[in-house]
Amino acid sequence: MSRAATRDPVLVRWLLITIAIAFLALFLVLPLAAVLTEALRKGADAYWRSLGGDDTLASIRLTLLVAGIAVPLNLAFGLAASWAIAKFDFAGKAWLISFIDLPFSVSPVISGLIYVLLFGAQSALGPWLIEHDVKIVFAVPGIVLATIFVTFPFVARELIPLMEEQGRDEEEAALTLGAGGLRTFWAITLPNVKWGLLYGVLLCNARAMGEFGAVSVVSGHIRGLTNTMPLHVEILYNEYDFVGAFAVASLLALLALVTLGAKTTLEWWHRDELAASGKH
Amino acid sequence: MIEVNHLSKRFGSFNALDDISLRITPGKLVALLGPSGSGKTTLLRILAGLDHADGGAVHLNGLDASSLKTRDRRVGFVFQHYALFRHMSVAENVAFGLKVRKGPDKPSKAEINDRVARLLDLVQLSGLAGRYPSQLSGGQRQRVALARALAVEPRLLLLDEPFGALDAQVRKDLRRWLRQLHDDMGLTSVFVTHDQEEALELADEVVVMSKGRIEQIGTPADIYDNPATPFVFQFLGNANRLDARVKDGIAQAAHWQVAAPGIADGPALAFIRPHEIEVDPNGNDAVIRHQVVLGPTVRLDLQLPGGAHAEAVIDRESHARLGLEPGRQVGLGARRVVVFAVP
Repeated sequence: MSRAATRDPVLVRWLLITIAIAFLALFLVLPLAAVLTEALRKGADAYWRSLGGDDTLASIRLTLLVAGIAVPLNLAFGLAASWAIAKFDFAGKAWLISFIDLPFSVSPVISGLIYVLLFGAQSALGPWLIEHDVKIVFAVPGIVLATIFVTFPFVARELIPLMEEQGRDEEEAALTLGAGGLRTFWAITLPNVKWGLLYGVLLCNARAMGEFGAVSVVSGHIRGLTNTMPLHVEILYNEYDFVGAFAVASLLALLALVTLGAKTTLEWWHRDELAASGKH
Repeated sequence: MIEVNHLSKRFGSFNALDDISLRITPGKLVALLGPSGSGKTTLLRILAGLDHADGGAVHLNGLDASSLKTRDRRVGFVFQHYALFRHMSVAENVAFGLKVRKGPDKPSKAEINDRVARLLDLVQLSGLAGRYPSQLSGGQRQRVALARALAVEPRLLLLDEPFGALDAQVRKDLRRWLRQLHDDMGLTSVFVTHDQEEALELADEVVVMSKGRIEQIGTPADIYDNPATPFVFQFLGNANRLDARVKDGIAQAAHWQVAAPGIADGPALAFIRPHEIEVDPNGNDAVIRHQVVLGPTVRLDLQLPGGAHAEAVIDRESHARLGLEPGRQVGLGARRVVVFAVP
């Protein structure tokens, strides 16, 4: 009997599947279980009590605020940049593409440090900012800026290859049919990339809420004021408040699961459309 | 009347269009014919307002086109790969040009539906109004693209390689159908093609282009019978190219002697179409090197004295009657030899 080239022996198949599952269990499921176990070690009451603490609630509010500013801004920026890059020719295009990748290649700590050097008390701008009572570093504006910097490739990186692959034909067709630039964008360009855009926003949001390094440098760690959730986790942990630390961590883990769930659900709802367009 | 005057366009150091002038008479179906890189698509895109010329002007019914936005030119454009809006149904695609109209021009919903239904009927796709482009065959997509372009009632219809992406049989049917549609609707159309057969079959007028320049403009019969340049002769069909020498108005190419009026003495080029060579079994002008049966015809590869090669195509019956086979010596006649000065 001849064996199809795509058909590996049963043993190999099982071995590969086992390795994959074991890997997932070790590196993803186990830590997640550990987070939940530690969070609930002293019972559900202690869990809820530590989540209800003033400082914890403040950190949750701050994280939501930061993501609420950073994600829409990066959505707008990512759309504008990828539209420009994919649909128009202009000088300096290659530079723009490289710059968009910059936050991926720079350590988040450096990203944070940039803002300290730019707006800190020792910087050239520092005296002027102090004089006018503008607080950027060690305050909420600095955290927002650092988060925007770290997360701005997500939407653009998702959209640029998609838009480039789709080309300009449809936009040009809309133009010859009498549609203006803005109309073409809303009626043709945007609907064609809506899935990529959604993934980009989900990833961007997950990173914005979870960012530690860059935010840690500019935050100043003032409890109840400039601590985001990841920073708050660290503080609680260092103070041996394990239940508190893991309770907040469980919220961040929940965010990741919700993101994953949302993506999967959307894919399932629109599976026909996705299959028809051959994307993702 | 569409007038193109001294149009030029460069991409970096590449001359895409070099001083192109052209008139398109209303009601005509015009082919822009040339190899890739000849500038034909660039010219079409400038007519549509999708590209801008570096110099020269396009006049649409007396109006300078550069003063008109793409959307105000009323030019329908059918893209090579159709460029259908992938997230819209067939009916929505066709309706798009009507829906984006503004102000008093904007038709009511009922009018739009009515127009779309009539256009889909015209392109024989009435049953597929609710389908998406990815669910259609190539020929069907092509017809949707055409209906969409016609929806805005263009005064000029432009088609970029309209049959390029279709298989041979569909292409043939669509060609005939497009010609019929053009005549029935009284359109003025320009299409781009690199396929000489398509241009000769379909067009009222053929514009042959090469390297950004117009080589010749004329009716299909005219450019085929009286090619203006060696390029046109070679591009319009298979051709044997022979080195020739002119003396006192007579050109000598291999054993052929033909009149070459108006060509200066010296080296020249002679062209003969393979099917215009007559083969005589009694003679010694050439030796048959090789022969290939191509359906109803036979192609003979001929070795001429002095190292030159030629191709002749004769029908199967004559081939059998003359008893030709490789290695045989034959005499060669020619119904037509065209001589050009060396460019």
